Amino acid sequence: MQSPFVSIRTGTRAHLYRKRPSPNTFLPFSACGCFNMASRKESATASTAVMAIPAGTLDSPVNQIQIEGLVVLKIIKHYQEEGQGSEVVQGVLLGLVVEDRLEITNCFPFPQHTEDDADFDEVQYQMEMMRSLRHVNIDHLHVGWYQSTYYGSFVSRALLDSQFSYQHAIEESVVLIYDPIKTAQGSLSLKAYRLTPKLMEICKEKDFTPEALKKANIGFEHMFEEVPIIIKNSHLINVLMWDLEDKSTVADKHELLNLSSSNHLEKSLQLLMDRVDDMSQDIVKYNTYSRNVSKQQQQKHQYVQRRTQENTQRQSRGEPALPEEDMSKMFKPPQAPPRMDTLLIAGQINNYCQNVKEFTSQNLGKLFMAEALQGHN
Amino acid sequence: YEVPDGPEEEPRDGVGHDEDEERGAPVEVHQRGEDVGQVAAESLTPAEASLSFSCTTFFLGSLAWAFRSANLAWKDLLTLANSGGVDGVSVVTIWPSSSDRLKTPVASAATSTSSSSPFSSTGSERESGREGNTEFSSAMAYICPSPYRAAACRRSANRPLHAAQRGEVPEALYPVLQSSFSNMSVYGPVVKIHPVVLASICDSYERRNEGASRCIGTLLGTVDKHSIEVTNCFSVAVDMEFAKNMYELHKRVSPTEVIIGWYATGFDITEHSVLIHEYYSREATNPIHLTMDTALQSSKMSIRAYVSAQMGVPGKTVGVMFTPLTVKYVYFDTERIGVDLLQRTRVLPSRTKGLTSDLSQVGGSAARVQDMLTTMLAYIDDVLSGKVAADNSVGRFLMDLVNKVPTISAEDFENMLNSNINDLLMVTYLSNLTQAQIALNEKLVLL
Repeated sequence: MQSPFVSIRTGTRAHLYRKRPSPNTFLPFSACGCFNMASRKESATASTAVMAIPAGTLDSPVNQIQIEGLVVLKIIKHYQEEGQGSEVVQGVLLGLVVEDRLEITNCFPFPQHTEDDADFDEVQYQMEMMRSLRHVNIDHLHVGWYQSTYYGSFVSRALLDSQFSYQHAIEESVVLIYDPIKTAQGSLSLKAYRLTPKLMEICKEKDFTPEALKKANIGFEHMFEEVPIIIKNSHLINVLMWDLEDKSTVADKHELLNLSSSNHLEKSLQLLMDRVDDMSQDIVKYNTYSRNVSKQQQQKHQYVQRRTQENTQRQSRGEPALPEEDMSKMFKPPQAPPRMDTLLIAGQINNYCQNVKEFTSQNLGKLFMAEALQGHN
Repeated sequence: YEVPDGPEEEPRDGVGHDEDEERGAPVEVHQRGEDVGQVAAESLTPAEASLSFSCTTFFLGSLAWAFRSANLAWKDLLTLANSGGVDGVSVVTIWPSSSDRLKTPVASAATSTSSSSPFSSTGSERESGREGNTEFSSAMAYICPSPYRAAACRRSANRPLHAAQRGEVPEALYPVLQSSFSNMSVYGPVVKIHPVVLASICDSYERRNEGASRCIGTLLGTVDKHSIEVTNCFSVAVDMEFAKNMYELHKRVSPTEVIIGWYATGFDITEHSVLIHEYYSREATNPIHLTMDTALQSSKMSIRAYVSAQMGVPGKTVGVMFTPLTVKYVYFDTERIGVDLLQRTRVLPSRTKGLTSDLSQVGGSAARVQDMLTTMLAYIDDVLSGKVAADNSVGRFLMDLVNKVPTISAEDFENMLNSNINDLLMVTYLSNLTQAQIALNEKLVLL
């Protein structure tokens, strides 16, 4: 289902056309239960508390992301207009690469997938948009894409595929995840992720068997690396900001100091539960697989034993020995369940837990403040 | 009331120039005669009276000549004079037709009391004189028969009358009236702008082609009965075909947005504006025109919106007048939070700001509240020590504030606090547990 997406670079690079898969479809994975469990040694990697490795530690081409205020406003506005409900909204980021910094200077939204718009050509839209933007001197280099998320549930197969195709074509591309619900709680939540090189390797080979993953030593924390973001505004925009502050009469609402937490916690926990359910199903599958494998081993062993026994018997009786049958044909090894989904689910659960912990720590702080306030009363 | 006779006294520099008007052509302010001022004062509030007395500006000498030749009654002149300057701003520029060119521009600029006065006359046009193709229609300058009426007209901003309706303006007069009123918009819907539009305009201005002094684009948004909400925009560089294409593309994403007008950077409204506006009025009914002074001519970025109206003498020359509208800035909640973050970049010399996380955000927010409290306490101290006069409304707000802290018995509060804290701790524990679980699972699988 690899469909084209557009990657445009000025000058030298050839155009690659591979379409992004639609946001809410998952590639079908046959989850049949068997696994060939080979025992390997695995060096334990320390499980850090962060969802992803900070980019500075790896040898990646992008160490920092610089976003213009305009992009932030556009993303916020796009979600506000189109994204009510749990639909994700997506768009394309434009910018340029300066040394080890990725500067994002503009963006444009992508229309949502509608069923009745079957002949809508995404590639066409993208090409036209970028062509038009080129006329008004907006950077037309594709440097990534953005997506909104619902309570932090963005680690999915679709995202992985999209980001892989982007990163494959454009080395420095990132995906910006905008969390509108967290933003509405008081502070802008915008995170930039890239795939780790290890994961890129795996995706390239499309080999998701456990052996491959083991070889690459990938845990769920090593899937994405988070790149720090800074926001930079031009002088003119700063002037505008000063002006706006004077003229706008919107009061500061201080949502960040809001004490109510149960609603948010409830939803987060609900999502977490769903994911954990998925995970347990996956584990069950894996266990069945491993059980099957061991059973098969036993059967094989038994069969071999019986064979040898029979053969010795026959020899003692003077009959020709039965031919050795091909083991592999008789005992088909059970198929290993692909581990990519498990990785993704684990990553997602990790993300949820992270968010919940952040939320609770903030709320604890607020509660203590409220206590202090009440104490004076 | 009495009519002042003859050309007025010598002009003298008016009072209360606004920095908006320090531009090319000199602005001459003329002071009205006392009688008229007083008469006007009777029908106005004291503030208005003093303002109109001190700031109605008319070059009545040449004006009188022009109108006399046009056989306009003095009454109309006076009301024309009075029709400006109630709340402090009026610019009435009258150009005779090219055949009737006066040596001095028959222009008058008014003063303004507030800094954001809408001001829409162009120096260049003043010099050259403009052919008026006017056709009077409704919603024009307030040309009312008497100063009383003028005051009433001013106050009830939705009842403009125009001279042609009363058949009093002779056809011989071909003026192009361009008037702007005070920042109380007089006609037209309120324009609500989102910050993303302004940032987009700034950005497109920064990226304009070499040699272009201003840049132009389309505004998209939604129209309501009494307001127009501008939510998006894109810049137009090449031609109108390009603009149409862009609009189509944008419509794919947000089908509810329609073209509601256009913007231009720069301070003035030029002749080109009229042409472009005409084009846009084909695309949208009653388009609005937004100007944003990115060159910061008046040391601030004056953002103004106008709606166009036709005016002139029916059957003869017709012109276009841009009347200003009230501009408001609206934000979605999340937008405001985003803008908040962006505001913080302007204080740092490097103009950059990282995104904070976790408790530091709460800390920052609390610090802001603390600052506000400190300011308040300082004010209260001042009031108590007599340095500042006490203000009742502020006192009431403070009372409100103090009462807002709920009085709960200590026990109840303890209970609430503890149960909340327990909830949060439990959730934290659960999430830590889950994380440990999946890590374990991973290790086991990969064994």
